[in-house]
Amino acid sequence: MALITYREAVGRGIAQAMRADPSVVFLGEDVAAAGGVFKTTAGLLEEFGPVRVRDTPISEQAILGAAMGAAMTGLRPIAEIMFSDFFAVCWDLIANEMAKARYMSDGQFTLPLVIRCANGAGLRFGAQHSQSVENWAMAVPGLKVVAPSNPRDVVGLLATSVMTNDPVIFFEHKGLYASKGEVPEGQDIVEELGVARVLRSGRDATIVALAAMVPKAVAAAERLSSEYGIEVTVIDPRTLVPLDTRTILAEVGKTGRLFTVEENPRLCGWGAEIVSIVAEEAFGQLTGPVVRITTPHIPLPAADRLEDHVLPSVERITETVRKSLDG
Amino acid sequence: MLDQPAGADTVSLELYRKMTEIRIFEKRAYDLFLQNLVKGTTHLGTGQEAIAAGVSQAMRDDDYMFVTYRGHNHVLARGTPMTAVMAELLGRENGLMHGKGGSMHLLDVSRGILGAYAIIGAQLVIANGSAWSAKYRGSGQVTVCFLGDGATNIGAFHEALNLAAVWQLPVVFVCENNQYMEYTPIGSVTAVKRPAADRAPAYGLAGVEVDGNDVEAVYQVAGNAIGTARDGGGPALIEAVTYRHGGHSRADPAKYRPVGEVQEWMARDPLPRYRAVLTARGVDPATLDALDKQAREKVDRATEEAKAGPEPRLELAETNVWADGGHAWRN
Repeated sequence: MALITYREAVGRGIAQAMRADPSVVFLGEDVAAAGGVFKTTAGLLEEFGPVRVRDTPISEQAILGAAMGAAMTGLRPIAEIMFSDFFAVCWDLIANEMAKARYMSDGQFTLPLVIRCANGAGLRFGAQHSQSVENWAMAVPGLKVVAPSNPRDVVGLLATSVMTNDPVIFFEHKGLYASKGEVPEGQDIVEELGVARVLRSGRDATIVALAAMVPKAVAAAERLSSEYGIEVTVIDPRTLVPLDTRTILAEVGKTGRLFTVEENPRLCGWGAEIVSIVAEEAFGQLTGPVVRITTPHIPLPAADRLEDHVLPSVERITETVRKSLDG
Repeated sequence: MLDQPAGADTVSLELYRKMTEIRIFEKRAYDLFLQNLVKGTTHLGTGQEAIAAGVSQAMRDDDYMFVTYRGHNHVLARGTPMTAVMAELLGRENGLMHGKGGSMHLLDVSRGILGAYAIIGAQLVIANGSAWSAKYRGSGQVTVCFLGDGATNIGAFHEALNLAAVWQLPVVFVCENNQYMEYTPIGSVTAVKRPAADRAPAYGLAGVEVDGNDVEAVYQVAGNAIGTARDGGGPALIEAVTYRHGGHSRADPAKYRPVGEVQEWMARDPLPRYRAVLTARGVDPATLDALDKQAREKVDRATEEAKAGPEPRLELAETNVWADGGHAWRN
């Protein structure tokens, strides 16, 4: 085992895929010579050369178009969109083209491609560089949606996403880039899409949290246990499409209570879909209301005090769960 | 594969055949729409046949092609079976995509037609991808990407041309300037006179203009650009000047066009014009009459086979979202 950062895990996942398959290519803004604006891709140009690792102009549509056309014709491209917020300038390629090409052609194409992006808040970048937009992708049929919370999952899910024959939107959380985790050395890591991870088991409630909300949910669970004797299960779905509803339903069935912890603004967050599934399929097992803990329905502010105030915090998760169970 | 120089008889007759088949097919598609057999919408290529025919004739069998929602003509010119195209317009299971695509989304991967794009401009950036892939694989394949004049004013045009030039991709963009972006004269919304050719120098490319109603000129110009791209000379942007005989789509009677303008362009209709060229060269009119007759019979046959095709099985609505053939999003 080696302790590596989430940032380093991104590069390792890409490298694992590129070593395994010469048809894997990688393109994006500042990804090659500069090693990425978040330094996630440092060293890839040196190892794989300028034919496979390519800097592009600031042209998000051109980046994604190139990836799509290459995927149609035998390559497995990885495209980086620097910030997930920038999907708004190239959404046609994602939502109208990549997501629908296979369906409209009734299977004449496969599109093995990955779009990586830095998603989420916590770095005081303000409203246009901090959003959590997993639900944008989740709302479009034809896209797989991955959002890892730790370095091991970054490596394994990224390498697997590259080998997946469907378009995958891979949400890295920029607030986690500096976080560290154990990753086995000297071996390829493979993680299956659509398999949730149960990080902690408890009798009183089930928390489902994603990406940067996972360590916060785990910390809240520890406080609930040590300070209040409340034992909660924490689930990291890891991928939203496909979604491991079996694990979520089973765990909610054991505790009777469901809390989601979502960084996104309130309306139509991924947690709403999970809540609706639980309401439809496990209503009889619920012993109290389901509760969604989200950012308010606002654009994100830049100042550290304001940003910290609106994002779900360990304190807010702890208190919300405690009060809800008390009630 | 016919790749003799323009003017050689087999190529000439092939160009004439393609144009004729497209003309008759599009008329039939229009008639079937009026009979409520073709649903949704259609964007006909009537009047623009010379570009589809000339460019496709200059392509290698394994080259890639990207077309627009006004794309029946290019797909037919590439040799996709007419019945499959007609059946797709009719929403039948024997359609090219089993009824899941429709008129605006024809594609035939087996013939390198990597899609008809109905969101203006997307095809340009995607075409770069297949060109990049061909270059990466060293396959020698060239990508041809059609676009309308209206697409030159969308951001993807700029992004695509710049990247194609910077990466020296083997891609040939063919702008069919039919004078109207949907309902609006292109000249009234464009800062330069020639929407594609005048902008090509901004990307380090030559401003190539060709008479898009002269099929042999199109064939020559396209052949040169495709050859240069194949030889590693990088991309090209061709502006083929033409005229849309009908409205933008089936909903548009095109009454906004000046009568004199329509008359002037109808006098330059590429099909009778090419017929006159060929007969002046000594081609027996009976030979062309026979091609006309064969084309009518082919369209009749395709129409009957399409009409006889079954409605799609309902389960097709839920297949092929994913590569595994299904659409599951949960376990």
